[in-house]
Order: sequence, then structure tokens, then C-alpha cells
Amino acid sequence: MSARAPIRVKTLTIDGREVGAREDQTILEVARENNIFIPTLCNLPGLSNAGACRLCIVEVKGVNKLLPACVTRVAEGMEVTVNSERLAKFRRGILELVFAERNHVCSVCVTNGHCDLQNMALKLGMTHVHFPYQYPRMPVDASHERFVVDHNRCILCARCVRVCDEIEGAHTWDIMSRGVECRVITDLAQPWGKSESCTGCGKCVQVCPTGALSEKGKSVAEMSKRRQFLPYLTLMREGRR
Amino acid sequence: MTATQTKVRLATVWLDGCSGCHMSLLDTDERLVALAQRVTVVWGPLVDAKQFPENVDVTLVEGAISSEDDLHRIRLVRARTKILVTLGDCAITGNVSAMRNNFGANAVLKRAYLENATLDAQIPRQVIPALNAIVRPVHEFVPVDVFVPGCPPSADLIFSVLSELLEGKMPNPAAKFG
Ligand code: SF4
Ligand code: SF4
Ligand code: SF4
Ligand code: FES
Repeated sequence: MSARAPIRVKTLTIDGREVGAREDQTILEVARENNIFIPTLCNLPGLSNAGACRLCIVEVKGVNKLLPACVTRVAEGMEVTVNSERLAKFRRGILELVFAERNHVCSVCVTNGHCDLQNMALKLGMTHVHFPYQYPRMPVDASHERFVVDHNRCILCARCVRVCDEIEGAHTWDIMSRGVECRVITDLAQPWGKSESCTGCGKCVQVCPTGALSEKGKSVAEMSKRRQFLPYLTLMREGRR
Repeated sequence: MTATQTKVRLATVWLDGCSGCHMSLLDTDERLVALAQRVTVVWGPLVDAKQFPENVDVTLVEGAISSEDDLHRIRLVRARTKILVTLGDCAITGNVSAMRNNFGANAVLKRAYLENATLDAQIPRQVIPALNAIVRPVHEFVPVDVFVPGCPPSADLIFSVLSELLEGKMPNPAAKFG
């Protein structure tokens, strides 16, 4: 007999459908296993969950606030709703706020046509932004010899922070300040090019959902991301454990 | 009823945009001939009329709102149009036209009329409308009925939107965002 504690199975419903799950799974994981789509932006399989974007909100019966599916564990008898008009409206609102709070000029952006944010807007049927655009003045740091960070396009999903810390082990990235002042930083808010911790592996650039992180030399619409390394590396590590 | 009475009264308006959206409309090529048989173009950059006409069925608007003049024009257009269509990203998001919002109208004027001028460099203060401090999308000022995305929207997309409108349908051209 194995020394490991037995894995308990929970039964719950998602949009009325009965599904089974391991007790340590999140609503998002179970939904994905059952081919039920929940929109996400900050989540990336292979990285830890940050709960940063709130796009994955769902309704749980008996709970009067909306819960982020990526960081909410399943429970026995849970009744989850992932598709409703109310959720669709809030998710679109969240997405519109993301667009309104920075400067997303897709027509001149390196990731135009390959962007997770742009694709999500299309998927959720967003036609325009109902909130007044903020047009903040945002810096672009091109001090790194191979990469650029353009804060105009950053959605603060923290994928860069997590991949650098959890996969590369360098922990170059962090998030500084709050609200409209919130920024991703390298080392202690030093220019990226001066960073002593950055190994130049480029993993952050590849996992970044938008044009915020890109390779130098890429022009408009030329920067598509290559993320194949992530499931591969995760699999290798799990195999070693 | 004569043929002209049944034709849809179509207008196109050019605000703060590069004219690329109008070019893309022209890129519908020979399909324009078919369109022309079903619409009367009552207003547009090439139509010789003094005032935006009354009773317009469909107006396509290219470009963002960058001046008081743009604002005045869009309000009149809205009041006289049944279905208002924003055509292209500048009208929908501000897009390239709104990129000056980060550094201000004066910097743009200085760059265009002083730094890049060789003869008689001066910033025009007459005839040309003064620029607003901030460029904003059309729907922030007047209600918009249809949003046609793209920079510019493809000719095929514009044609399909127009075709649906001519059939009396309300299109929802979810081709892309931005
Ligand atoms: S990051 Fe995406 S949404 Fe933002 S400007 Fe670039 S393509 Fe558009
Ligand atoms: S730089 Fe990219 S990966 Fe990092 S927080 Fe911003 S959008 Fe996310
Ligand atoms: S959306 Fe693009 S093509 Fe249309 S006016 Fe603006 S810059 Fe030109
Ligand atoms: S995917 Fe759950 S909060 Fe971003």
C-alpha cells in the first residue's frame, strides 16, 4: 500500500452538467477536462495560478460574489455556472477596462494578429470600449540587447514574473506599486539591460500574452509567441519528481 | 415608385483618419458598380454639396474626434442619420490618431509645421480647425449603431456590412478587435 493519502473525488455540476473531480483541482481545471470553455488571460498551464485578470469569474450557487475559477477549488455538491448573461457582461467589462487603462494601438503593435488580448476581445464579442480611454503616458524600455518591454501594452497578468521565477529560476521580474501606477519591473526597477539576474532566456517574452514583451527587430504584426517549451519543461520536471 | 426613391441614401464622412478606410471602401472594386445601383451617395469627400443632407439612411464614419469641428460635424451627422457606422479603428478606438494624446497637440503641430517645414515655417491658426487636447473615439460623443473594425477594415468586410445593411439587416461584423 502506498504511503500517500488517498485522492478524494468530488462531484459537482458545471452549467447543469454533472462532473467528477479530484479534491485538489480548481474549477478551471475540471471545466477544461470536460471541454467547457472559461475565458482566461493570466492563466497558463505549466505556471502557478495568479488570479490576476479576473476574466475566469464564475457563479457558485449559495455564494453571492463571483469567484475566479482558476484559483477556486472544487467542493462536493458545488453548483457552478460558467455561462450566463451576467457573466458575459462582466467579463466584457473587465476586458474593456484592460483596453481602456493602457494604450493598445493594435494597428502598429508587434503582436497585432497574434495577441491573446485581441483574440479574447473577439471571442467575447467586444465591439468597442464603453469606458473612457485613459491614455496614460507609459515608458518603453529597450535597454536589453535582445528584448523590449512596452508598458503601453502590459495587462499585468504576471506571466513574466511567474515563468522567470518558477521555470527559469532567475526571478528577474516583479510587480511594483498599485492602481494606475502598477508596473512590471526588472531587478529593483533597474533598466532591463542592466539586470544582473536576467539570463536572457526569453521565456518571459514568449509567455507574455500581448505585445508588452517582444524581441528586438520585430516590426508590426511580426511577433508571434512560441510557447511549446512550457508544457515540455513542466512534463520533464514532473517526470523527475 | 421610381428607382431613385427606393435607393438607400448613403453618406461617408472623413474625420481624423488617414483616408485609408475610404480607400478600402474603393477597394471593393467592381462590386462598387453593383452597390452604386442600390445606393445614392448623398455626402462624402468627393460629393459637391454645402451641407450634410437630411434623411440619410446609412453613414459610414472614418476617423476619430480631434477638434471642435469634428464634434460639431458628428453631432449633425448623427441627428440626420438612421444608421451610423464607425468605419475603422480610428473611429472605434482612436487608434493612430489618438497616439498624440500621450504628448499633446502642440508637439504634433511643431513637428509637422515647424521642424519639418523648409519654407515659411509657421503653425496655421486660421481656416484649419484648432486641435483638441485629446483625441477620442466617435462613440464617446454620439451613439453608434455598427462598429466595423480594422486598420483599415478589409474591402470584403466593408462590402459584406454594406450588403447586409442594404438588405435591411443589422450586421455585427465581429472580424477582429483593434
Ligand atoms: S498588445 Fe494586443 S491588444 Fe494591445 S495593441 Fe498589441 S495587438 Fe492590440
Ligand atoms: S509584461 Fe506581458 S507577461 Fe508581463 S505582466 Fe505584462 S502582459 Fe503580462
Ligand atoms: S483606421 Fe487605419 S486606415 Fe482607417 S483612418 Fe485610421 S489609420 Fe487610416
Ligand atoms: S485566469 Fe483566473 S484570474 Fe486570470
